[in-house]
Amino acid sequence: MVKKIFFQFIFFNFFLIREVFAAESGGMPQLNPEFWISQIFWLVLTFGILYVVLSRLILPKISANLELRKSQIQENIEAAEKQRESSDAKLKEYDDIIRKSKLEAKNIFRDAGEKVIKDINSKKEFLDKQIDGEIKKAEQEIEVLRKNAPEKISKIAIETSAQLVRKLIGAEINNSSISAIVNDLTKKNGNKYHGN
Amino acid sequence: MAANPMTQFEVYRIGPEIKIGAFDISFTNASLFMVISSLAILIIFNLGSKKNSILPNKLQLLAELSFSFVSKMISDTAGSKAKPYFSFIFSLFMFVLFCNMFGMIPYTFTVTSHIIVTFVLAAFIFIGVTIVGFIKHGFGYLKLFVPSGVPAVLLPLIVVIEIISYLSRPISLSVRLFANMMAGHTMMKVFGGFVVSLGIVGGWLPLSFSVALTGLEILVAFLQAYVFAILTCIYLNDALNLHH
Repeated sequence: MVKKIFFQFIFFNFFLIREVFAAESGGMPQLNPEFWISQIFWLVLTFGILYVVLSRLILPKISANLELRKSQIQENIEAAEKQRESSDAKLKEYDDIIRKSKLEAKNIFRDAGEKVIKDINSKKEFLDKQIDGEIKKAEQEIEVLRKNAPEKISKIAIETSAQLVRKLIGAEINNSSISAIVNDLTKKNGNKYHGN
Repeated sequence: MAANPMTQFEVYRIGPEIKIGAFDISFTNASLFMVISSLAILIIFNLGSKKNSILPNKLQLLAELSFSFVSKMISDTAGSKAKPYFSFIFSLFMFVLFCNMFGMIPYTFTVTSHIIVTFVLAAFIFIGVTIVGFIKHGFGYLKLFVPSGVPAVLLPLIVVIEIISYLSRPISLSVRLFANMMAGHTMMKVFGGFVVSLGIVGGWLPLSFSVALTGLEILVAFLQAYVFAILTCIYLNDALNLHH
């Protein structure tokens, strides 16, 4: 450690040595006019060269670079703007197509619905007609049956009565008197069986 | 061992003595650092402007940022009429800045810590601005000393004050830069001397001070270059746009 500090000391002394010598003179070196002319001369020379080179060669280049970049950015922005516009137009077109096809689909749907309803209605009508016809036929049959039923019943009743009488009393009674009695009875009770 | 803090400002000859007539224009350490600063500026800005890519590299960015910084400073303070003087103010700002910054490296010489250098710069600016003012406005430039809206009784006094303040511009401009640089470097040297004399035991306090001072001095180096340039812009503004 001590050795290191010692070497550092020597190192610093090496640099400071001329300052140590100069320190003896004292005062502000700035006010010593010995090198004023030299300083002015070198200042004018170096600053003059710096100014000329900067203003003639370097600064115009930097300025041009900046301008170029600015214009390029401007161009890019314009191109982006144009592309945005075209994409907007495309989007509109696309929206139009979608709207149109939606309308079309709606129409088709509505047409199909109407057709189906019409079909159903016509079929229903047809079926109704058929059913009506069958009902009428059945009613007619029923009507016929109903009309015929009392006659048959009275016939059966006359025959049955004649046979009953024959079996029971062995007497032969002519049919006309029996039928008169049966008709009389049926008229009396007929309403019981044929309500309406 | 603690050297005189002023010895860092000594100018000494490097190489042979050169004389033109009665004038000694030998190459000195001051000249060396003027050359180094100028060369550094030229190299950095040349490299920074060589290639023009849309995405700039570091040096190009540095060059372009400095360009727009100075450009904005000029247009803010002196308006668009000051555009022809852009190159001069840019060179001035960069020269002072680089001289100040090179002075911050230990064992270097600070060119701007010499009154003669800053005074020559300030005097050149003063004379140049005055010439520009007279060219632009003729004798109307003298109206600069007569502010409007001043009562007639006070006018003689105001005019005298204005003339004195105008004439003291080169002095204030040069002394500001020179004194700041000299004071800062002297202070750093004094604290550095304390570090050495107090040794390993007591030297830590001045050392930490020294470190803090270094940061402050770097700030001052930039700030003084900026102030120097912006005052030049303001003087130029007076000459270009007669406001009073």
